[in-house]
Amino acid sequence: MAPLTLLVALPLLGALAVAAVPRRRPEVIFPLAIAVSLPPLAVVLWILASFEPGDPGFQLVESVRWSAELGIGWRLGIDGISLFLVVLTTVLMPLAIAASKSIVEGRKAYMVSMLVLETGLLGVFVALDLVVFFAFFEIVLVPMYLLIGLWGSERRRYAAMKFVLYTAIGSAFLLAGILALGLAAGEAGGALASFDFRDVAALDLSVGAQRWLFVAFALAFAIKVPVFPLHTWLPDAHTEAPTAGSVVLAGVLLKMGTYGLVRFNLTLFPQASVDFAGIMVALGVVGIVYGAAVAIVQPDVKRLVAYSSISHLGFVVLGTFALTVQGIGGGIFLGVSHGLTTGALFLLIGMLYDRRHTRRIDAFGGIASVMPVYAGVFLFMAFASAGLPALSGFVGEFTVLLGSFPSYPAAAIAAGSGVVLAAVYLLWAYERIFTGPVTEPENEALDDLDGRELAILVPLVALVLVLGLYPRPVLDRIEPAVSAVLERIEAETGHVAPAPALELHVGGGEEG
Amino acid sequence: MGILAAILPSVTLLLAAGGEEGGGVHVSDGGALAQWAWLIVVVPLVVPFLIVFFGKRLPFGGWELAVGTLAFIGLYGTALLLQNAANPIATEFTVEVARIGSYAIEWGWVVDGLSIMMYFLVGVVGFLVFVYAKGYMEGDIRFTWFFASFTLFAGGMLVLVSSPNLIQLIVGWELVGLASYLLIGHYWEDHANVDAANKAFMTNKVADAGLFIGAIIMALSVGSFSFHDALAVVAEGDAGSRLAVFGFWAGLALFVGAMGKSAQFPLHVWLPDAMAGPTPVSALMHAATMVTAGVYLLGRLFPFYLDHAGIFAGGVRPIIMVIGGITLFFMGLLAFVQNDIKKVLAYSTVSQLGYMVAAMGAGAYTAGLFHLFTHAFFKALLFLGAGSVIHAVHSNDMSDMGGLRTYMPKTFWTFVVGTLALIGLFPFAGFWSKDEIIASLYAAGQDGSGAAWFVFALAVGGSFVTAFYMGRAVFLTFFGEYKGHAHPHESPTTMTAPLVGLAVMAAVGGFLNAPGIATPFTEWLAARRFPMGDHHAEAVNWGLAGLVTLVLLVAVFLAYRIFAPDAETQADRDRFEIPVLYPILRRLYYLDDLYLDGVVRPIMGPVARLVLWVDMVVVDGIVNGAGVLARALSRAVRGVDARVVDGFYDGLAATTGGGGSVLRLFFTGKVQQYAALGFAGVVVLAVVFVVF
Repeated sequence: MAPLTLLVALPLLGALAVAAVPRRRPEVIFPLAIAVSLPPLAVVLWILASFEPGDPGFQLVESVRWSAELGIGWRLGIDGISLFLVVLTTVLMPLAIAASKSIVEGRKAYMVSMLVLETGLLGVFVALDLVVFFAFFEIVLVPMYLLIGLWGSERRRYAAMKFVLYTAIGSAFLLAGILALGLAAGEAGGALASFDFRDVAALDLSVGAQRWLFVAFALAFAIKVPVFPLHTWLPDAHTEAPTAGSVVLAGVLLKMGTYGLVRFNLTLFPQASVDFAGIMVALGVVGIVYGAAVAIVQPDVKRLVAYSSISHLGFVVLGTFALTVQGIGGGIFLGVSHGLTTGALFLLIGMLYDRRHTRRIDAFGGIASVMPVYAGVFLFMAFASAGLPALSGFVGEFTVLLGSFPSYPAAAIAAGSGVVLAAVYLLWAYERIFTGPVTEPENEALDDLDGRELAILVPLVALVLVLGLYPRPVLDRIEPAVSAVLERIEAETGHVAPAPALELHVGGGEEG
Repeated sequence: MGILAAILPSVTLLLAAGGEEGGGVHVSDGGALAQWAWLIVVVPLVVPFLIVFFGKRLPFGGWELAVGTLAFIGLYGTALLLQNAANPIATEFTVEVARIGSYAIEWGWVVDGLSIMMYFLVGVVGFLVFVYAKGYMEGDIRFTWFFASFTLFAGGMLVLVSSPNLIQLIVGWELVGLASYLLIGHYWEDHANVDAANKAFMTNKVADAGLFIGAIIMALSVGSFSFHDALAVVAEGDAGSRLAVFGFWAGLALFVGAMGKSAQFPLHVWLPDAMAGPTPVSALMHAATMVTAGVYLLGRLFPFYLDHAGIFAGGVRPIIMVIGGITLFFMGLLAFVQNDIKKVLAYSTVSQLGYMVAAMGAGAYTAGLFHLFTHAFFKALLFLGAGSVIHAVHSNDMSDMGGLRTYMPKTFWTFVVGTLALIGLFPFAGFWSKDEIIASLYAAGQDGSGAAWFVFALAVGGSFVTAFYMGRAVFLTFFGEYKGHAHPHESPTTMTAPLVGLAVMAAVGGFLNAPGIATPFTEWLAARRFPMGDHHAEAVNWGLAGLVTLVLLVAVFLAYRIFAPDAETQADRDRFEIPVLYPILRRLYYLDDLYLDGVVRPIMGPVARLVLWVDMVVVDGIVNGAGVLARALSRAVRGVDARVVDGFYDGLAATTGGGGSVLRLFFTGKVQQYAALGFAGVVVLAVVFVVF
């Protein structure tokens, strides 16, 4: 049995099924799309159950070599770093599709795009062959481009083009890096090339090569994350994308970047990672404060949440390059949590947009009295996003702070201000949208959430609560793989990951 | 609950050995009562959900579930208190819920003198306030939601005070912050109330950043988040240990967190605004319990802060004492000029919290916590009394009151008892607890601490201030002629009965720790797993007590002279408006203005807009400029044939129907040209990488 191949193939098969719906039966498309988005989730639940928590290596590995000379093959595997991103993808996708009821024009192509997107994302997270990884990485681009460019709002063309250009530039560097690595691995193995991740990981790269390659990979991933100052495609893409596009974009697509940084940069270029860690940490912290500051003054609530993503992902970058178990692991956890909370916020904003066709904060006011349930769920997710303890966001953010404090105390303290600012922009937006008297007559008769919408949101609320209260099953599965990455860095570079304690040597640390 | 059932069998019992760890006090493990104490934490966390989902269908709108929960907590707390009195308990139970690297994240519950006192307070005062709140909130449009949030507060507070570690403490800390946000903003149709809720949440969030950092420094020094582990390091007293070296910073950062929750200068600004919430909320959360969380934290970590050798957080203690001193005196002064009766009580609360914090800073463990204990009763009483008055006259403004003693005698007499307890007249509760604090400051001064003399002087002055503003409030509210327009009436029994209950405690509660007579409270609190260290034993200094009593009698007399005779009231009040001081007090020392105009508005206005401008014009400008450049370049490489690709998209467009024309419009070949450019670049780059 090949569960990962099945997992990657299922959405694609679903896309074919949707594409095969006869033109005269358009009413079948929506339920069918939801139905075909569920089997991948079932497969993932099976994977979750059979996943060996303590094993730091790749599990469920499949390997079919396509070309011995070129060293390309269908190689898949999953470990603690990718596991929960895969889970997140298959959880969010059915919800995002179910939230797309208002898409009527070109519904079939839309659903096909969503399902192809899912295949691409799952492929990215489970690919163990660099060429296959790159192929999936690029496949993701196409449906996303279509989703923004076709079903987006007023400035969709500009946003879609900007999105493609940014990522294409990054991809060019990524491809160059992959080719270089593959050729080098081939040389070592007596073939023309080898793109097997494990062969590549076994390479003994010079420090100079590591640095060049680190920059090439990091650039591609930093654009995806996005890391300041490569982020300006994100607010436009989010604002213009349809609801489901934003959900997947923020929820999963950005994590391709943070995943890549851990999977490739930290693992393959340990010395360069140590050398560049300070720069990456600084960029992460700038992103945290910068994204939050800009979020405060956004008049469009969707743009506000988009900028908040830059802030949250700054935490992930900070944790990743703190090079501690807590930092990297907390970053992965935060990535998953961010997918749930920000995904939910985009879904909520979409539901409001379906009713009022505007996302301007000043078009609302006092609507908690007409939509109390909606207001409650929104406030819950706002608090979750702002890192309220007992909800998932806190676990990730606090773990990242804990992990980055020993090596970068100043950065951790500066990042702490991001926690404060998150409360500022979210609660201030909540106040203006939901409280006070109802100011606009159009808002007096808004319908509260219906059954379908509640069914979409309740699983997310539940997951945010469960992960916040009992994160152990997730953290226990992330940690071995992260420890393995760190052990590798230590072995290769002699860089000792800061002990989970403050340095006591004389003059050590800020406090010394 | 399923998870809970699954992990309960694996509960690790960490039983205190007694003797050695108990610091001379023989302590027990508390038996089944302590083992099952998790119930009082879990029940108030589950019940709010039941109230939200089923409350509206119940005869009392969910209130019965809420008050039942508080009754349960009160009874359980009382049972623990009695058991602790008979046989001191100090134990804790933990369950590991997560592990991050070497850090265990645990949920657990501490059962010792300190936490039992808090269980008792939250349960008993909470029960009385919940009984009262039914009458007070009758007819409220969000009656059910109110009690759900209020019960959630109780749950959060119990998570906080039962915590054996900093993580759980933070969870509880933020849960009560959430409940506070929801309840201050209960009447959210008015933006002013939501502003107050936001102010409370955000001010606390600033302080919480300190709490987080303090917790992290502490954990990184100890290797664990557990209070027990940290205090074990303190008990060893090794000056070379990490905690000894970094303790100052950990202690300082944690104290910043405490300053937020316990409304210490200069982070007190949120508490007076928090009075926007319904009065029962002000009584229970913003006077009796939630705001004491900071003091509780200092008490929980007392040996850590106490260290006399100046290692650990010993160096923070003078800072704590002085902050408390400034708060107790200068924030008390602000109550002079408030006309809103709840604001008078709010500044009074800030001031009394200052007393508690100053006591902890002076190393007076029992005195500080005893004042926390007595204050919970008499300040809840005063708030509920004020609520009863507000309920009767439909106004918070004391200029709409006056002469109410004849209209509402029960409210009047209980309010007077609360006032006497607050100003500290013998033998009411506040006399004992406050006098012990003043005596401790005096003793600390005699030990050679100049700062202690300063704070001692402030504390004696604070007695004058307290007696004066409370005298003013009582005379303006209950004496003279009624000046309002509504028809005042005594409140229903469900509201006055809790007043009587609290009044009894306010009157005689002081005898729980009356040095020379009986000091059971000291013994209750001594039951903990690590010794408190060498701190001053509390004693009544009768000379000081006489001095303070004289001071407060003078203050009451002055207040009477100025505010009691109703004739020419206005003229007398004008005379009271001391030229320079009065405007400063009216403007609250310009602190709120400073924060608003100096911090909040700049950040939310110009600073954020500047960053946005940088983002839109500079960062994005570069991108767009590059785009223009690229387009120009692409014209130069038009050789790439776009026909094939275009054909593909046209075909796709045909299948998508309506979207087709749009599709064709923007797939005009740009992408392909960029792609061609990109791949040319790739080849070059790959060559570069291989060469290196």
